[in-house]
Amino acid sequence: MQVQCLPAELHNRPGKIPGAVRTELEKRQVEFAHIFVAYADCGTGGALDKTLAEFGVERLPGAHCYDFYAGASEIAALSADEPGTFYLTDFLTRHFERLVKKGLGLDQHPELMTTYFGNYKRLVYLSQSESQELEAAARRHADYLGLEYVHRHTGLAQVDRELGEQVIQWLN
Amino acid sequence: MSQEEEDIVLAELPDDELVEQMFDDLYDGLADEIAEGTQILLDRGWDAKRVLDEALVGGMNIVGVDFRDGILFVPEVLLAANAMKAGMAILQPILTASGAEPVGKMVIGTVKGDIHDIGKNLVGMMMEGAGFEVVDLGINNDAETYIAALREHKPNILGMSALLTTTMPYMKVVVDTMIEEGIRDDFIVLVGGAPLNEEFGDAVGADAYCRDAATAVEVAKKLVLEQRAS
Repeated sequence: MQVQCLPAELHNRPGKIPGAVRTELEKRQVEFAHIFVAYADCGTGGALDKTLAEFGVERLPGAHCYDFYAGASEIAALSADEPGTFYLTDFLTRHFERLVKKGLGLDQHPELMTTYFGNYKRLVYLSQSESQELEAAARRHADYLGLEYVHRHTGLAQVDRELGEQVIQWLN
Repeated sequence: MSQEEEDIVLAELPDDELVEQMFDDLYDGLADEIAEGTQILLDRGWDAKRVLDEALVGGMNIVGVDFRDGILFVPEVLLAANAMKAGMAILQPILTASGAEPVGKMVIGTVKGDIHDIGKNLVGMMMEGAGFEVVDLGINNDAETYIAALREHKPNILGMSALLTTTMPYMKVVVDTMIEEGIRDDFIVLVGGAPLNEEFGDAVGADAYCRDAATAVEVAKKLVLEQRAS
């Protein structure tokens, strides 16, 4: 089994995800009997699914990666409770400077903070690991964005289950 | 900024060069310079509509094209929009006082559950720049809010925006409610937002999907003309 990652920056430009996945699938489909894409829809508005359908490849269920960490119903409940919820995962917490601060241009133009985050009320850190260091970082990021901090530990059980089911299907 | 650029004195430039410089300043998101350039053109006798069309909207159209082509990204577009707002803040009171008939009226807002209003705000600003009266409902609007606003303001256009794949289906709820209330055909419905596409616009029963603010203006003008002709 081989895991191929795509650039994390794609999450700031979801329109480019289907093209990037297509390029990878075209390259890899001759090498592997089974390919699975560990993306959710991730803001592509169904465009990723259309690409995957062309290759007969499946992906993780859900609208966002938050869904496959926390479960779609948990995310739906959190978002219904407060639509202005900004989510961080371990990865986003770790790479907050590059993907959020620099990615949104806040490092150069802090005056854009209100434009981006003015409607957000809270930051929910969906942790996969149990790292105090990451939790402290997530809390700092919430302070930086001026948002209330909430922590939910998700672990990786949900992703494990989804990927495990996929492997079982392949074996059958 | 280079020494040469620092030395530019806007008030010393002839009109055509000043407008060109304002295009550059909009592109670079320089709000103070745009406000200054706007005031200079007004002081030289340009009417507010001409300043808006030729200097501000003209400059923002360049920004829009480069955003569409992947040359500029969201932060640069937001800075350009802020710069345009600085010019609009000077022009808007003059335009309002002139009593000029708006090109049309639009009610706009993000749908229920969605608080992402960057695109919606850009569309609203460009629509105002194109001479539309814009009633901004803000964020997180349910069907009842949209319908009440349509009844109150009687616009030509309803604009709905969503950034999330989880919230965009709510547009269909709004359109279906309009049908139930027997008012769907009284309004042009435009939809937009990053994850949307034309197919989705058709599926929810909108009149058009608009991929960006410039497209929204073009489509709105065309459909309002058709609406008036029918």
